[in-house]
Amino acid sequence: MSERYSRQELFAPIGEDGQIQIRKASIFILGAGALGSSGAEMLVRAGVGRVTIVDRDIIEWTNLHRQQLYTEQDVIEQLPKAVAAEKRLTAINSDVAVTGIVVDVTQQNVLDLMTGHDLVLDATDNIETRLLANDAALKLGIPFFMGACVGSYGLTFPIGIQDNQPCLHCILETLPSQTLTCDTVGVISPIVVTTAARQVADVLKYITRIPFEPKLESADLWTGDRASIGVASMKKAGCPSCSENAVYPFLSARESMKTAVLCGRDTVQLSWPTSRKFELIPFAESIRGSVSKLIHNPHLVACEYNGHRIVLFRDGRMLVHGTKDVVTARNIAARLLG
Amino acid sequence: MKRTIELNGNRYDMPAEVGNVQELLGHLELAERIVIVEMNRDILAKDAYDLPINDRDQIEIIHFVGGG
Ligand SMILES: [Zn+2]
Repeated sequence: MSERYSRQELFAPIGEDGQIQIRKASIFILGAGALGSSGAEMLVRAGVGRVTIVDRDIIEWTNLHRQQLYTEQDVIEQLPKAVAAEKRLTAINSDVAVTGIVVDVTQQNVLDLMTGHDLVLDATDNIETRLLANDAALKLGIPFFMGACVGSYGLTFPIGIQDNQPCLHCILETLPSQTLTCDTVGVISPIVVTTAARQVADVLKYITRIPFEPKLESADLWTGDRASIGVASMKKAGCPSCSENAVYPFLSARESMKTAVLCGRDTVQLSWPTSRKFELIPFAESIRGSVSKLIHNPHLVACEYNGHRIVLFRDGRMLVHGTKDVVTARNIAARLLG
Repeated sequence: MKRTIELNGNRYDMPAEVGNVQELLGHLELAERIVIVEMNRDILAKDAYDLPINDRDQIEIIHFVGGG
């Protein structure tokens, strides 16, 4: 098997020494959807030592056009993504210790899950979890390779690469009331692969100890737009997530989403922290094409989505009717709100 | 006067009604989004979005999205 990585070792910046570093690397992949599939496959083929991949979701037909680890049979068997991912990744490279964990990553479990890994690859589908992972990675002192994409557009930002660089919390001055998601504006697979490729290139540079400047970068494969912004000046001296006196607010209960199953009502209530402001009319407009029976008034937006009645209140609460499962409800919220 | 800028690496003819950065964000339907704007290599603070855009300015805009 010694020639397995020969073409990668022949690439001079990596070389045999780089391959040894790659082999030692232990990677945490947050999400086994599109970016997670693509990034995990590249890293496993590259021959990293260990991969832990976590996801709360099961595989659906609507995933197959872009989530490259999965097959029709996985949908028919209703397999959790983490389970199918572990199986496929192990089949690709049995040298790698792959662990798939079916779990909803929250402030209660994020540190336990990430501990023991050298870095975190972002493949989540919503900004709440990204900020949670940003705090967790900063607290553990490991880098977090952010990536996100919808439509034909994607962005990447490696965090924790240099001492004096801003974190995700520094550059998000205010929390978005909602972000575009793959379930509201769609997505094409080329941007998934491009975004994951940029993340993994940065990961390989990091684990083979090649210095590089962490930049916020974006690409739109449909319009040809591209941007690369050196955001070093956005480092905030008093950032609650990355300054010397960091309190990691997204790891504390106050800044995290709260969930409650409303007894006897077959309904889950999700409550966001007060720092997240909701603008009802832009939200209603953004989901118009994805939902039915849309109603909005100054107090709430209501609609039907995938057989669930959804109500978002102005004060940052969402009711998801037709389920007692918190994970299902959080999933729907992530799809509509990002 | 016709203004042609470089926007995210591409040539972009400024619509006549767009005068400043805030109006450009509105025109691009990014006003409601979380964005980072760089103008002629400097990152703009939110309170500088009323800066007028001139011919041959170089602007890069990155907006945050949820998916993955
Ligand atoms: Zn910070």
